[in-house]
Amino acid sequence: MALPNRKSGLEEQIEENLRKVYQKTVEEDVPDRFKALLEKLKAQEANK
Amino acid sequence: MSDLEASEEHSDPRDEIVQHLPSMRAFALSLTRNGSAADDLVQDTVVKAWNKIDHFEPGTNMRAWLFTILRNTFYSDRRKSRREVADVDGSFAETLSEKPHHDGRLAMRDFEEAFAKLADEQREALILVGASGFSYEDAAETCGVAIGTIKSRVNRGRSRLAELLDLHSDDSMEMTDKATMAVVNGMIPPGRFSA
Repeated sequence: MALPNRKSGLEEQIEENLRKVYQKTVEEDVPDRFKALLEKLKAQEANK
Repeated sequence: MSDLEASEEHSDPRDEIVQHLPSMRAFALSLTRNGSAADDLVQDTVVKAWNKIDHFEPGTNMRAWLFTILRNTFYSDRRKSRREVADVDGSFAETLSEKPHHDGRLAMRDFEEAFAKLADEQREALILVGASGFSYEDAAETCGVAIGTIKSRVNRGRSRLAELLDLHSDDSMEMTDKATMAVVNGMIPPGRFSA
């Protein structure tokens, strides 16, 4: 026999943790290498 | 700002790429499970997107378009390198350590270990739909499969996680109970909590 309350509690926590795993990286500062990369790509474009 | 108002020469969709870097890094990390590999993957994706911007249809979902490139790059690199990058030792989980929870919630660490055990396709479906807020339609397009396939991957991924975590919580519960009972029975003097 299933335990619906426990099950749904676990599912809820799974959803919450999924978002946390993702948000943790989303909220990090983007490393400078990416800003430098985009600037380099723009500069190359301008020289075409 | 509406697209109609922006003058043609100043509206380069590539200017939008920068806004998507944080979510691209998060998606890349969920695929590679390794921080530096994730950033290399994002870098390759940015370069490809920059050069293939003509393939992007303005007004459509740029994040979904970028995620598609990222994902294709990931799988094609992996095919080329012919090695499995699955994180068997759990180093992904190690990079994401967090203070333990003492309130009975799932510890993040346990969750991440379980998450790392899922099949790639389930993990990416869960990240797209469950964490990044993609619609089933966008997730299906990003992964190049039918909507029903994404739905079933999400469902199977959730069940598998529940299974892994439920097992884990049973184990730790049993151990904690025994340890706690030993301490409670032997060491806490009566009336301890009355003050």
